[in-house]
Amino acid sequence: MLLSKIIEELMWGMGTSIEIFLLTLLFSIPLGLVVAAGRMSSFKPLQWFMKAYISIMRGTPLMLQLIVVFFGPYYIFGMTLSRDFRMIAVIIAFTINYAAYFAEIFRGGIESIPNGQYEAAQVLGYNRLETFFIIILPQVVKIVLPSITNEVITLVKDTSLSFVLAIPEMFTVAKQIAAAEASISALLIAGGFYYVFNAIVAFVMERFERRLDYYDT
Amino acid sequence: MSLLEVKNLKKSFGDNVVLKDISFNVEKGEVLSIIGPSGSGKSTLLRCITDLETEDSGEINFDGTFGLVFQNFNLFPHHSVMKNIANAPIRVQKRDKDEVYAHAKYLLKKMGLEDKEDAYPSELSGGQQQRVSIARALCMNPDILFFDEPTSALDPELTGEILQVIKDLAAERMTMVIVTHEMNFARNVSDTIIFMDGGVIVEQGSPEEVFSSDNQRMKDFLGKFYE
Repeated sequence: MLLSKIIEELMWGMGTSIEIFLLTLLFSIPLGLVVAAGRMSSFKPLQWFMKAYISIMRGTPLMLQLIVVFFGPYYIFGMTLSRDFRMIAVIIAFTINYAAYFAEIFRGGIESIPNGQYEAAQVLGYNRLETFFIIILPQVVKIVLPSITNEVITLVKDTSLSFVLAIPEMFTVAKQIAAAEASISALLIAGGFYYVFNAIVAFVMERFERRLDYYDT
Repeated sequence: MSLLEVKNLKKSFGDNVVLKDISFNVEKGEVLSIIGPSGSGKSTLLRCITDLETEDSGEINFDGTFGLVFQNFNLFPHHSVMKNIANAPIRVQKRDKDEVYAHAKYLLKKMGLEDKEDAYPSELSGGQQQRVSIARALCMNPDILFFDEPTSALDPELTGEILQVIKDLAAERMTMVIVTHEMNFARNVSDTIIFMDGGVIVEQGSPEEVFSSDNQRMKDFLGKFYE
């Protein structure tokens, strides 16, 4: 296979990788906030549920979670799902896995905000939603951004795990080409693409961090 | 009728009774200082009146807006000085933006901080931060201003500038309730002084009355400051 053809195929795969990456971020960050809120809730059953959820998500392999989300509906409920469900299963598995990590990062950030910030906001008459979105969350974002960057970079590489469900993302494509050609060159090129992808992610995140450098706590 | 009436206020944290039946009034234009040893319940009393704690029983009658100046300033670090002061009047009180900005600028000038409106709290000294937090409280047009040990977190050389600001406000007949450890200041600025110990009001009256009291606990307390 021509090198240009290999690169073209890999680029197609990368489109799917980017799709998984973006959809996972889109859903897992808000879900992470919700999970963090539940984890910090004074309503004990909710707190325990979120604790267990986070513990399972962080304590078992993401690859296994992908398999369980895809095959679970059939083995547990006897549902037959079309092959199109594979992509949905991938997004669900990535989202619930990353939400658990994001939740713990957000919790750490929220708990590091001094109580006096809430009290000052209350005395000034801000309601609970205003207090969270105007006073607390902007400060939390600055605190958690370096940890979020770490997770986002890991996510770029983790998208390759979707090969277990035969999703045609970049790693799956590279493996197929490598097997057909009996050569690892496609895999090495894919590695180069992941590296460039992450270099861009790191650059963008650094810009975000610098934009929040305008104040010190 | 008094501006603020506190009647039979009681508050415990678990088994620890912090406030045992506290009653007093504050009149419009009055400056009231609350003094007493650490753990006497002064700050808890202020926190009950300002709704940061919920009393177990008793009544707090106050109809109006109040401001609270914290020991640790509690400015919002991600907001500029101007936003710290102007955001709540605009968002919460729904006042006109231009009017609020003009008011905030007037207050900053009064605090000697007219060149700091674009600064962030971390760029200011402790004394400057506390003056911003006083301006923030004043910009809400409070009927009464509470101070919770406003100079306790400051270096000794910076306390004077905050005490001067409070004296200036007293001269303008701002109604204020001040929890403080600054005895000389309390004596000079207050119309009324309350001495608390062990969750009760031990002495209450004019500075002359309270500072010349024969009460043993009062004398012991003052002795620690003047020995």
